[in-house]
Amino acid sequence: MQLSREELLSAYTRMRTIREFEERLNVEFQKGTVPGFIHLYSGQEGIAVGICEHLDEDRDYIGSTHRGHGHCIAKGVDVKGMMAEIYAKSTGVCGGKGGSMHIADLDKGMLGANAIVGGAPPLALGAALTAKTLKTGGVSVPFIGDGAANQGTVAEAMNMACVLNLPMVFMFENNGYAEFTAASYATAGSIEARAKAYGMPGTTVAGDDFFAVHEAAREAIDRARNGGGPSVIEATAYRFHGHFSGDPQVYRSAEELKSVREDHDVLNNFRDRVTEAALLDQQELDAIDAEVLTLMDEAVAEAMAAPDPMPEDLFTDVYNTYQ
Amino acid sequence: MPIITYREAINQAMAQEMRRDPLVVVMGEDVAGGSGGSAGGEEAAGGVMGVTQGLATEFGRERVIDTPITESAIMGMGAGAALTGLRPIAELMFADFIGVCFDQIYNQAAKFRYMFGGKAVTPLTIKTLIGAGMGAGPQHSQAIYPWLSSVPGLKVVTPSNPYDAKGLMIQAIRDDDPVIFCEHKSLLAMEGEVPEESYTIDFGKAAKTREGSDLTIVSMSWMVNFCNEAADQLAGEDFSVEVIDLRTTSPIDYETVYESVRKTGRLLVVDEATPICSMASEISSAVAENVFESLDAPIRKVTAPHTPVPAAPMLEALYIPDTAKIAAAVRETLEYEL
Repeated sequence: MQLSREELLSAYTRMRTIREFEERLNVEFQKGTVPGFIHLYSGQEGIAVGICEHLDEDRDYIGSTHRGHGHCIAKGVDVKGMMAEIYAKSTGVCGGKGGSMHIADLDKGMLGANAIVGGAPPLALGAALTAKTLKTGGVSVPFIGDGAANQGTVAEAMNMACVLNLPMVFMFENNGYAEFTAASYATAGSIEARAKAYGMPGTTVAGDDFFAVHEAAREAIDRARNGGGPSVIEATAYRFHGHFSGDPQVYRSAEELKSVREDHDVLNNFRDRVTEAALLDQQELDAIDAEVLTLMDEAVAEAMAAPDPMPEDLFTDVYNTYQ
Repeated sequence: MPIITYREAINQAMAQEMRRDPLVVVMGEDVAGGSGGSAGGEEAAGGVMGVTQGLATEFGRERVIDTPITESAIMGMGAGAALTGLRPIAELMFADFIGVCFDQIYNQAAKFRYMFGGKAVTPLTIKTLIGAGMGAGPQHSQAIYPWLSSVPGLKVVTPSNPYDAKGLMIQAIRDDDPVIFCEHKSLLAMEGEVPEESYTIDFGKAAKTREGSDLTIVSMSWMVNFCNEAADQLAGEDFSVEVIDLRTTSPIDYETVYESVRKTGRLLVVDEATPICSMASEISSAVAENVFESLDAPIRKVTAPHTPVPAAPMLEALYIPDTAKIAAAVRETLEYEL
């Protein structure tokens, strides 16, 4: 289905925002100013955006992973609030107490990045159950890596979603590596084929092709929204960076590292596609790129200048009430 | 006042809350019972111990949901539903099964509010069977509330009688934090006076089940009944024993414990859990730290031994702290002279 000009601009802006957020964060992290560790989503932008462009802010939910920045941005979480959170500042979306792997914004339908591999799919069941029980028409989408695909929690969630006919899409991002270990070694058979075993539809798409993801997502999300139950999408994905920022990636060949950026860059593919079809022109895309870079400058500067949490924040928000 | 069982009291609490609030749903293995069975979907069981009996008939299978035997999916679904607007009761059939799903409880539900910057509300009740006494063996008999109580973000409820079970269950359902409601399988048939109307019991408020002046016993759940029995047996003698039922092991009502120890000067803690990092060790250390100067004798603990729960009934009887062990410990503590 042909996207409108506005839809194309929106999708490109989101993908570019994710890319520059991650690339800037990588630079800043190497300087040593960012606490903890961060897992970068560069290369996989088409998957988060291809899904989330179909989702509503108020009734649809996503569950995410340790590599969650892209999912957050795609679902509409405030970029400056995210940057401040990663810098562990009081102005962060979680007040600095979550950090990179726990960015959540329930008002945006973002159930949280999740530092436990396979942690989110069971939670996403709950959002889907709420949607079904309250008849909101909402859909719940857990993003799942190829590593998490092998966790028991994911098998449990897929079975439960089918048994209760929940409005869900299991969005698998197979970037070829579970941390340092290749999917070809650690993931038996095919992820998509597991859908068939549970009796739900499954499809595989190229994650570096935004339009392919977007179309598969439309079909799966429409089906879930209309009571047709859960389905699986597996996207072949291309992780530009290592497992975490600073990972020297000794386990990947130089040829592979070169190829993922040169042959599988979803943003380049998108630009080629829309300019060749004369849907958007280079200048307006360049203008978006420039705006996004400015936004990142502001986000980093504001995050660095923002105050730390207060010492007393250590003790707050463990409970709603406790005495 | 009507006399009903602990099982019926919990059932009544859930039914009353489900009538009052359409957001309350129940999910778990066999909680409706008989889904998909050859009898045709009539309510077959209402839970392995019958605690949820009748709920599916009254509220329908959309609100009383039989699940597959997949505890991570049950706990996660409960946590996620709580985070997005429902008020779920998710049943973990036996607390021992927590080993396969603890991540969803302690890393996920318990931490949402803190790690999401205070914006999350997670009104999840996890209802689970604990404890020994049925010869059910090592993987169906444990009293694991001390581990759960050590997790910031969780509340843990350990009712010792039907009246408390109802009031604490209603409070658990209405509470906006994740609560683990530990129902003791050896108490399910216990009878007691329970008002028909709805009521709540605040968390973190211990009950004084026996008044006394010479020794304080602190306990929780099933053990409270043995402590009461020991206090009654000893009542004819020239000393008296005070029994404090914590009712919730998170939050803990330390003040009531301290106040009692200041009066009696002697403390015995009775806990069905294994001794290391138990409620008994927690209460002992808190009293030693905060009311040391009031103590006239060393603090004593009566707990299970540091072993799994054995299946053989005669071994299980040795494992469980009972009235005789408690009474003996009371005497020894009272006989101690500084």
